[in-house]
Amino acid sequence: MRATAESIGPPAPPRPVEWVRKNLFNDWFNALLTIVSLGFLYFALVAIVRWALVTADWRPVTVSPLLFLVGQYPRDQLWRPGFSLLLSTFLIGMSWGVWERYVKAFAIFLGILLGVLALIPLETPTITFAVRAVFLVNPLLIYLGYRIGRLGAVKGRHVAMFWLIASVLMVLVLLPGYKNIPALTEVPTSAWGGLMVTLLLAVGGIVLSFPIGVLLALGRRSSLPVVKISSILFIEVVRGVPLVTILFMFSVILALFMPAESRIDRLIRALMAMVFFSAAYTAENVRGGLQAIPLGQVDAAKAVGLTNFHVTTLIVLPQALRMVIPAIVGQFISLFKDTTLVVIVGINDLLGIGGAVLNLSPEFVRLNMEVYLFIAVIFWIFSYFMSYASLQLEKALGVGER
Amino acid sequence: MVTTEHLRERIPFWRDERVLRAAAQIISALVIIGFIYWMVVNFFEITQQRGMSLSYGFLKEPAGFPIAESYVPYDPTMSFGRAFLVGLINTLLVSVFGIVFSTLLGFVVGLARLSSNWLVSRIALAFIEFHRNIPLLVLLFLWYFGIFTRLPRVKESITLPGPIYINQRGLYLAWPRLTESGSIFLISVVIGVILAVTAWIVLRRIREVRGRETYFGWVSLGILILMPAIGWFGSGGAPLWVDVPVLQGFNFKGGLRLTPEFAALLVGLTTYTAAFIAEVVRAGIQAVQKGQVEAARAVGLRNNQVLGLIVIPQALRVVIPPLISQYLNLTKNSSLALTIGFQELFAVGKIAINQAGRAVPVFLMVMATYLALSLFTSLVLNIYNRRVQFIER
Repeated sequence: MRATAESIGPPAPPRPVEWVRKNLFNDWFNALLTIVSLGFLYFALVAIVRWALVTADWRPVTVSPLLFLVGQYPRDQLWRPGFSLLLSTFLIGMSWGVWERYVKAFAIFLGILLGVLALIPLETPTITFAVRAVFLVNPLLIYLGYRIGRLGAVKGRHVAMFWLIASVLMVLVLLPGYKNIPALTEVPTSAWGGLMVTLLLAVGGIVLSFPIGVLLALGRRSSLPVVKISSILFIEVVRGVPLVTILFMFSVILALFMPAESRIDRLIRALMAMVFFSAAYTAENVRGGLQAIPLGQVDAAKAVGLTNFHVTTLIVLPQALRMVIPAIVGQFISLFKDTTLVVIVGINDLLGIGGAVLNLSPEFVRLNMEVYLFIAVIFWIFSYFMSYASLQLEKALGVGER
Repeated sequence: MVTTEHLRERIPFWRDERVLRAAAQIISALVIIGFIYWMVVNFFEITQQRGMSLSYGFLKEPAGFPIAESYVPYDPTMSFGRAFLVGLINTLLVSVFGIVFSTLLGFVVGLARLSSNWLVSRIALAFIEFHRNIPLLVLLFLWYFGIFTRLPRVKESITLPGPIYINQRGLYLAWPRLTESGSIFLISVVIGVILAVTAWIVLRRIREVRGRETYFGWVSLGILILMPAIGWFGSGGAPLWVDVPVLQGFNFKGGLRLTPEFAALLVGLTTYTAAFIAEVVRAGIQAVQKGQVEAARAVGLRNNQVLGLIVIPQALRVVIPPLISQYLNLTKNSSLALTIGFQELFAVGKIAINQAGRAVPVFLMVMATYLALSLFTSLVLNIYNRRVQFIER
């Protein structure tokens, strides 16, 4: 296409009337479709707005928003999840500073979300000033982390190390606690709940399944028959059965295969199931990345005298893993949605809390629609913006462009 | 001479690749077998302590629990095996209907997404984005607890033309049933369809080979009309009667009844999967290059020919593999029925575990069934996929 001097630059936006004629009424069929859909939209919107503002009773949602966030977590111990949240957001800000565009969309989304949460005008006794303050500090911490991350002295490996230290710290702070330390009393995991559990299961599931998934993917391509066959068997069996059966396996059947005296916490068993399930899918994603590495790379690496181990860890994996980051983020989003299934084994995640809230008062029993719609909206906001951020990440990585 | 001597020089065994490989194999095999052995030992210890048995003999024992919805005769005095069959049939039923409906809805939404009409395309986008970003379980809860259990009582049923009655007890719709002589009609319809398909394939092949017009479309259409007509008159002109639901006392009698559980599960699975299928379809159609359509128009094909001969066959190649995985997901997701009280395979298995106390055999059976279903579906669809794929050289 050759452009003349005048036509360079974006074309002028069309006038509204022209736009409507071109996009909605360009022939009789489209005109009919437009009218039908306008009618449909009008009735649907009127019905929805009327229901949401007049008919619906939002008390189950507003009576105790903290329940949806942390479940029954003792209110005097709330600093523990709060501390973990602040630590994570600070490090997310720092990651944004260091890795720039890769993390940018995630960090900004999180900052806005938490800021909005802090400012929601809702008068309930459970949302104290301290809770609001914790949420309000998050966007500032993200920004602070970003400025620090931008400093030349801070490198990616530092941030990675901070993440490692932080996750150990968070585990120590959050885990059931210690009998002897009054500041960190024991909080049984049965009291955990809400969005906290959902996020813990999803993040824990994806992070812990990652190394296993990589090993399985390598195992599937191994030239050793024993390793190869067992990897394939694991991957295909896990992918062939529903997540429910795996959750059930870990919550009921696992106990029959462990030494009689061992007892594993219910939440940990659910997490194990998520890891087990997720590992098979991670393996398939990583395999996609491994297959995309040209054989020439391996030959060249061998020609300069690298051992098999070094070929894999220095040449193949770094390139392959970079390629599969978007797929892993996509898998994280679906794992985040799949964590809702833990209600089946009796864990109060966000969805489970919904059921619990409905039983709070006899007046709430029939308000299913309101509660589940609220939960759906939370999930929707998280997954929609994570998908968006993942798209930005994909662009930043330039996957598919090289 | 020097080179051969050099080659004969013994490699120390710890650097001999063959030895290393064998060692790695043996070590990994030992680790895996050892782990399994450890679990099995634990298992036998525990089963002996609790006096559990591992045999499948219980399948013949009476199940003792009712199943609300079954499409083969079942009552609690029948065996566990029968109960599993009922569960399996329920799973298959919801999966098959779900696959059919979600494919139809998914194609409609996917095409709407590509519509040149801005509004239609946006509505399709809203449908897709709504479903893709919420968990299926939440969607099922919304449909079941939010809508299907909140429907009006029987006396105040919502009536739709058909007649279709919707109330708390479920969905009642008029349903055609065979009369006594109806089987003649049914058989002739089946024969007609088989004949029509055969005629289509054979005559089309003849046209391709001989290059002579065989009017295969008209011939098979004729058979498709003629055979049922013969059957219709053969059965005395009344092969079917319509079973209309009628309000009798406190409930509806007759017609086809879908329980709220089944309806909620079917609707939820269908809309959820349809959103994903719509994206698959959109991607597939967009993958067909514009030049292909333009070239087809240039050689004088009509619009429907462009779509049927150029766009769809090429789009199918892109669409089918992800479509297969969506179907598999739907089948596996049907296990969520447990949470809303529709008794399919997994739900029946769970009751059986609680009642019979034979966790492991029941569990293995359920897992194996799902695995078999997955493998079977992907096998069938992969065979189909191989037929439509473009064969390069």
